[in-house]
Amino acid sequence: MLTLTSPVEIWAHRLPAGLKLGFLALATSGLFMLDRPLWLAAAALAAAGLYASAGGRFALAGLRLLRPLWPFLVVVGLWHLWTGAWQAGGVILLRMATAVALANFVTMTTRLSDMIATVQRLARPLAVVGLSPRRLALAMALVIRFIPVMLERMEQITQSWRARSPRSPRWRVLVPATLAALDDADRAAEALRARGGAG
Amino acid sequence: MERNLTHIALFAALIAVLGLVPKIDLAAGVPITAQSLGIMLCGTVLGARRGALAVLLFLALVAAGLPLLSGGRGGLGVFAGPSVGYLVGFPVAAFVTGWLMERTTLSTGLAAGAASVIGGIGVLYVFGIGGMALMLGVTPTEAAFLGMAFLPGDIVKAVLAGMVTQSLARMRPASLLSRA
Repeated sequence: MLTLTSPVEIWAHRLPAGLKLGFLALATSGLFMLDRPLWLAAAALAAAGLYASAGGRFALAGLRLLRPLWPFLVVVGLWHLWTGAWQAGGVILLRMATAVALANFVTMTTRLSDMIATVQRLARPLAVVGLSPRRLALAMALVIRFIPVMLERMEQITQSWRARSPRSPRWRVLVPATLAALDDADRAAEALRARGGAG
Repeated sequence: MERNLTHIALFAALIAVLGLVPKIDLAAGVPITAQSLGIMLCGTVLGARRGALAVLLFLALVAAGLPLLSGGRGGLGVFAGPSVGYLVGFPVAAFVTGWLMERTTLSTGLAAGAASVIGGIGVLYVFGIGGMALMLGVTPTEAAFLGMAFLPGDIVKAVLAGMVTQSLARMRPASLLSRA
């Protein structure tokens, strides 16, 4: 998997990236102003409708993108059930899932090159202070790509700790996770240099 | 050049990932997340300039609408909320932590812990509490009372930042750019 962009072409692929980013920012801000479970459920349904409008294969791919979120949804959900604050828990879960789903939708329907072009356009004024828009866009793409990779690695570290010890690893995942981030950074730098550098 | 860029990007991702680790409530019901630990590590591992840039990159992605802040928050809305002071303080905290790390002659672990306390707690709290006072219309003292709820967790995180940085210094001495 090189990018998160969906290979299934849907109507949203044809919209300009700037427009979609604008809508995403608006929708996300809107989500965080809603705090009634009912309204958030409506927002979640609307997001689901967005995926459904793109057909089964796209919606399935969207669900797969949400998969890394499941452990967190379960843990947060159980925790709030246990403390009795199920309504607050529901709000948090719905909000998180909907916001991630909407963000994923934009990512899935926007080619990386389009996203990079938009960021470059928006960041053009920063060139005055020496920050090349190209490098900024590249750094952003790297972060977006490496977050799921690092989440999965964190899970693997936790699993292998659990295989060796009956106790929970808690803070002990931090050193291997940070170490892996440093090694990933070195490897990504080599890969970039081999492909002509960051410019 | 590429190494700077990828280190900044990977640590921005690390801040995000640490924020996604589920909240643990301490005995007193104080929620802590590891996100501010990520801010501290940016300073202690990457140094002042790169650390602050990593945090800014993280914030740029949050502003663009990605739900990367702890608790799954994100979007432009968070920059209009009561905790906006903490967000503004994040890059400054990483910069001060890194600046101290680059200049002190203490041993790595101790330096990282102390720099995290000063930068990641002291500096961050000034911004965060100031922001809360401003946004909630309360006195700085009242806001400080609210902000102090996070102090026990943040002290734990500063200690962890020191320990993690020391371990990294042992395992990958060349990767500790703040001490390069």
